[in-house]
This record gives sequence, C-alpha cells and structure tokens, in this order.
Amino acid sequence: MTLSFPLLLAALGATLVQAGTPSKAVIRRGAYLVQVGGCNDCHTPLKMGPKGPEPDMARMLSGHPENLQMPPAPQLPEGPWLITMAATATAFAGPWGVSYAANLTPDKETGLGSWSEAQFLQMIRSGRHLGQGRPVLPPMSVPSLRAATEADQKAIFAYLRSIPAIANRVPAPGDPRVSH
Amino acid sequence: MLSRTGLFSAPGVVDARHLAYAPQYPLWTDGAAKARWIHLPPGTAIDGRDEDGWVFPVGTKVWKEFSFHGRKVETRFLWKTGRRAWVFASYAWNGDQTDAVLVSGEGRSHAALAGPDAWHDIPSRADCRACHGQERVEVLGFSALQLSPDRDPGAIHGEALQPGMITLRDLVARNLLRNARQDLLDRPPRIPADTPATRSALGYLDANCASCHRSDRPIPGLDLDFRHTSRITREADEPGLRTTRLRVARPGAPARLQPGAPDRSLLLHRMSSRRPSSQMPPLGTVLVDQPAVDHLSRWIASLPATPTP
Repeated sequence: MTLSFPLLLAALGATLVQAGTPSKAVIRRGAYLVQVGGCNDCHTPLKMGPKGPEPDMARMLSGHPENLQMPPAPQLPEGPWLITMAATATAFAGPWGVSYAANLTPDKETGLGSWSEAQFLQMIRSGRHLGQGRPVLPPMSVPSLRAATEADQKAIFAYLRSIPAIANRVPAPGDPRVSH
Repeated sequence: MLSRTGLFSAPGVVDARHLAYAPQYPLWTDGAAKARWIHLPPGTAIDGRDEDGWVFPVGTKVWKEFSFHGRKVETRFLWKTGRRAWVFASYAWNGDQTDAVLVSGEGRSHAALAGPDAWHDIPSRADCRACHGQERVEVLGFSALQLSPDRDPGAIHGEALQPGMITLRDLVARNLLRNARQDLLDRPPRIPADTPATRSALGYLDANCASCHRSDRPIPGLDLDFRHTSRITREADEPGLRTTRLRVARPGAPARLQPGAPDRSLLLHRMSSRRPSSQMPPLGTVLVDQPAVDHLSRWIASLPATPTP
C-alpha cells in the first residue's frame, strides 16, 4: 500500500507526537485533572477581590509568592486546632514545620521547567521531593495523586509543562518550632 | 525468604563462593554493623571501561546485612535479572536469627532501635531506587574507588579489610573485572587532595551524598556535585575551595560551604538535622553522624577563608 503525502504526514505527525510532544488531547486531559484535583487551591495564591479571596490567575500555579516573606507561624495552644494557613493559602504551618506550595509552572529556574517526566512520576511514587529528597510535606496529598493512572499522571505533567512559565522562587520548608 | 536468594550454602552459612567486601568509605546508617557480599555468575565479569559506572553481568546478586546491638535486623538484596532490569528486595530477620522474610514494597517502620527513641526503618522499594537509581541502577559501595587498594586510613567509620575480602587487585587477578584501564593497579583510584583531612572529607561526601548530588543526574536548580571524579574534587586542590558554585547556590542564598566558617556552612546544618524537612541525607538515617559532623567542621574551619563573592 502506498500512502498519499497528506496521509504520510499525518502518520509521521502521529509518531512524532507519540515520541516526544504530548498531544493536545493529553494536555486537555491534564488540564481537566488539575482542575478537578484542586491543584489551584494551594498552588495559585489567593488575592482579595470584590467578593473576597479569589485565585490570582495571573500567578496561576506559581506557588507561594517569593515576595511574601512569612513571619514566624503562631503557636497554637494545646487542643484540637493544629494547622495555620497564610491568607494566600500557599503557606502552611503544623507539627511538620512550615511548608510552601511549590511553583508548578515550567519556569526552568524556579518551577518544573528542568524536571523530567520520570522525576515527576518518581516524586509521586516515592512521596519525596524530586523523587529522592525530603518528604513532600502536608497538606499536599500525594496518595491521591498516586491513585491516578500513570497515563493521567503523565497528562498532568504534560499540562503543567504547557502553561505559562512564571519565575517565582518558593522558599524552602521550615523546621517545626522547637518548644522550650 | 532470604534463604531462597542463594545467599547461604547451608542454613545460616554464607556460600563461600560469594565475595565479601568492605567499601573504604562506608555509608552512614546510624551505626549499624554491616556485612556485604556479591555474587557474579561463573564465567562472567564486570565491565570496567567506565570507571565511574561499572556494568555488572546479568545474574549479579548483592546482599547487605544490617545489625544493631549484635542482632541482625535486615538484609537488602539487589539482583540483576536483565540487561537493564534489577530486582530490589529487603528481608527482615526473624526473632531466632535463623532466616529473614521478605518485606513488602512499602518497607517496614520501627524494625529495630538504632538509638534512644530512634527507630531504624526498613526502606521502601521507592527509597531503594532513590539512591540506587531508576533507569541505570548502581551497586553503591562496590566501585573502583571504594575497592581501591590505595585505601584511605583516615576514612570516617572506615572498616578494616577482613581476610578474604575482595579488593580491586583480586578482581583484576581473577579476571572478574575486564576492560579497565591498563594502569588501574599502578595508579589506583584515590581522591586527590592536598591534606588527609580533605581526602577523608571528600570521601565521606562521595559515599553519603553523591548518589543524589552528581552532575550526570542533576537535581533541577541545585547544581551540586559531590562525586570524587567531579568538579568538587578538582577544586579541592585549589586553595580555599574558591569556586562560587560550591559555596553558594545562587547570589543571596546561604553559603553551602563557607571556608573557615563551619557555623555559616549550610552543608553542616543539613548534616546536623534529623528533621524530615531539612535533614541530609533525607532517608536511611535517623541519627546524626556526629563524628562526621565534627570532622567536616574541623575541615571547613581549616580551609583558608576567602572573600564572599
């Protein structure tokens, strides 16, 4: 059978998509999963709008703003209250210390721009930063992400690599406050 | 069961055909006593043309046994089953110390007391791969440098070679290492350093940090390399470790290593922490390696202070 030129191009195009660049359908799937998974809830800072706090989509998924230096977290009294949260919903303090929502945009220096897909998948499997470092800290729900199929995990990564890159260096996590 | 992996020739007796070894720069594992063996299938050999990345023959098996307070706790097992396929497994020793049972892929917490209120955990398979690698698996502790006959007498927690333990010289003599450079035994691997303290400090960093911090598997945004063949080693020969990359990750960031000032060196802060968010190494240890912290503190203090860039 001889393929016509357009068919050949289409076949070649499909191969290229499979080999490297994710297809639009995969990216759309990733966008859907990020939306329903609530990734924006912590990774997109809140700003004050006319009706109260709302996601600042100009900083979509860029994590805790680097220019928002947090003061020491308040110490809660003994009791059932356990966690405090910044007004941006991007910084959290609890028994594990202080954690900051990561920059998920494809910025090479401060986001996922220099991560490989394998590192992203290994982060999910291991629950460790970059798949090999410190534990990914609360409130990030790694088990939920781990429950997704590998195809869906890859789709999430593909989508995150497709969104606008925002340079924003998120602080390193802080140790728990030591009681004296 | 561990006894079904081929480690023993009779109950509790390690098969004499396996090669016992002791790396010159051991990994810190909270003071555990360790025993290690490797099995190479008959007629096979390690391909040593890449001195930093030996290729092991299919069928290679490696065991590492951990004991605390005189009792065997776990044995880790690596088995090369295909050209790029390795099996990872951990076995927990039974109360009678007669055999060990396979631990699930999630690992096992609280396997033994390593110290006061400090529990040794058997690592998960994911954690095994975090250090040994994903696609290209490495047998850590069994390398040209680690088995070099030019052994560092000042190695931190260095173990004396016991009779019968394999060395680089034995591997070559028994034709178990092929394609290595011709002068391997005349010029055996050695960390180049201008002082014994630098040599042992860099050896410690190579064994304890370089499975992650290395230039051929860069951690995004970090640009840190502790492998002995790499930049940090060469720069050790420079007075005061002048290179800015080693000292600071980026302008404005805290110094990773501030020559002359251990108290301002982030490296020591991370080594001295056992809080999950900041400790280094991030896994496999729950106790600070105080002798190593002390050694590296003295070493950093001895380095000539240079102006901050």
